[in-house]
Amino acid sequence: MIVELLIKAGLAGFVFFFVLNLAGFHTWVERKQSALIQDRIGANRAPIFGFRMLGMFHGMADVLKMFTKEDIVPDRADKTLHMLAPFFSVFFALVAFAAIPFGPPLVIGERVIDLQVAKIDAALLYVFAMLSLGVYGVILAGFASGNNYAIMGGLRATAQMISYEIALGIALVGVIMIHGTIDLGELVASQGKLLWGWLPMWGIVVQPVAFFIFVTAALAETKRLPFDLPEGESEIIGYFVEYSGMKFGMFFLTDFLETIVVASLATTIFFGGWQVPYLSPDGFHFPWGWEIPVNNLVYVLLGLASFSVKGLIFCFLFMQLRWTLPRFRYDQLMNLGWKGLFPIAVINLVVTAVVLVFLGEPN
Amino acid sequence: MAVKVVRRPELTFWEKLYLPQIYCGLKITFRHFFKNLFLHLAHRVGRLKGHRAGVTVQYPEELRPLMSRFRSRHRLTQRDDGSPRCVGCMLCETVCPAKCITIVPGEHPDPHVEKFPVRFDINLGVCVYCGYCVEVCPEDAIRMDTGILDVAAYSRDAMKLDIHELMDPKLRKPVERCDLDFPHKCEVHGGDMKGSWPAPETP
Repeated sequence: MIVELLIKAGLAGFVFFFVLNLAGFHTWVERKQSALIQDRIGANRAPIFGFRMLGMFHGMADVLKMFTKEDIVPDRADKTLHMLAPFFSVFFALVAFAAIPFGPPLVIGERVIDLQVAKIDAALLYVFAMLSLGVYGVILAGFASGNNYAIMGGLRATAQMISYEIALGIALVGVIMIHGTIDLGELVASQGKLLWGWLPMWGIVVQPVAFFIFVTAALAETKRLPFDLPEGESEIIGYFVEYSGMKFGMFFLTDFLETIVVASLATTIFFGGWQVPYLSPDGFHFPWGWEIPVNNLVYVLLGLASFSVKGLIFCFLFMQLRWTLPRFRYDQLMNLGWKGLFPIAVINLVVTAVVLVFLGEPN
Repeated sequence: MAVKVVRRPELTFWEKLYLPQIYCGLKITFRHFFKNLFLHLAHRVGRLKGHRAGVTVQYPEELRPLMSRFRSRHRLTQRDDGSPRCVGCMLCETVCPAKCITIVPGEHPDPHVEKFPVRFDINLGVCVYCGYCVEVCPEDAIRMDTGILDVAAYSRDAMKLDIHELMDPKLRKPVERCDLDFPHKCEVHGGDMKGSWPAPETP
């Protein structure tokens, strides 16, 4: 029992460490990537003992700054809720990672360790529940600030997140129907099957339309450009206008965390999670006849690397989209969500169901 | 006034679909990204230095070339013997729209010169860099060609230049000898006139 707990704690610590560091790293990537896209140099002025490390210390400097800044709570704010809101935001973004399987089962002696912090059989529902609860942080931040602009920002955020969650959920029903499970671990394992003997049955292959809907809606969920109407740091005033210091930093961190959650989800559901093409637990089986045996440790490491690389590519892509697309207008946003993505998702669902009926029950 | 009718083109089906347009946008940003990434990496190993990877100028280390007529911080020109060319005619002080110049003339020992500036103070915190003082000077005694742009200080007082700094643009801070309020009242401190230019010797 103790060992089980220790293993779970270790896994949780691993995920926590990795995700938070990645979120910190994101700030650097965001700065440098946008700089390269816009023919600039990017942040490079925070040397430690003369080492600039391509400006990588700016993240640390930012955190130091945020911790030492004055924490201002407006007079008319609800003090308790004002303090709780950023914690809600970060908490729900962080716990969503618990159900994401990030590697194949690791075998140590007799013990089989699932590389997934919480092995929940309704993992997909759990992740979406947590992402939806994240809206509480946002609406509370707007509501508790005692500022009309903030509450307008919070309402925009709520409307946007609730609208896009519907398209997001319906887009995924197709995938669930094909694989017949909402357990993310099983979903990933099921994606290792081959279609016609050579094509890995990744979500993108069997549900390409759902993938595009998912990515669009998921980007809207993260509240980043081109869907950053709730925040609009530079022009329109967002829900965290009354926040300062590290509380503001936590909202910022939530943005990055949500990007990583969404990237992990896109990887898990549509790009086979930790699956490497043609890799089974005992080794590679290429459709053209080659076979390379690998042992369990290599298998697990390859799986971890596969998941990380895919997740990072998604993070990179989301960042690139953020610096490519202009912001939607509010009516365009709602039109896209309700008149664009929602009907397409429903049609996709119906077509998938019909095709599945004609092909016979999968599995 | 003629009315110009701007016709907005109807969006085609593919433009309305938006996805191809996202692809086009991504193509541009990815092109810039990888081009600049490649150039930065090449610069790291000392290649392709001629191709800039960014259009920004790394300011304190790198200065943009200034146009020859650019108006930067003032300086007072010198005669061959190192004394100011200024004859204390007060034209620049009179023309200055910001009233940032204060001159206290003194009698020059040389009868051909008539006057010299005992004090010549410019308050850069007030100066509008219009260049009228340069244009109006009959003796070419004041110029704005030092190329100094980073005039910054922690207090308004530190923005004030006296004649020593104006004669020698390398002196950035008010000289220590100058401990008087601005605009300087010529006061005698122990026989020494502080912050002022010493009287020229009789030729």
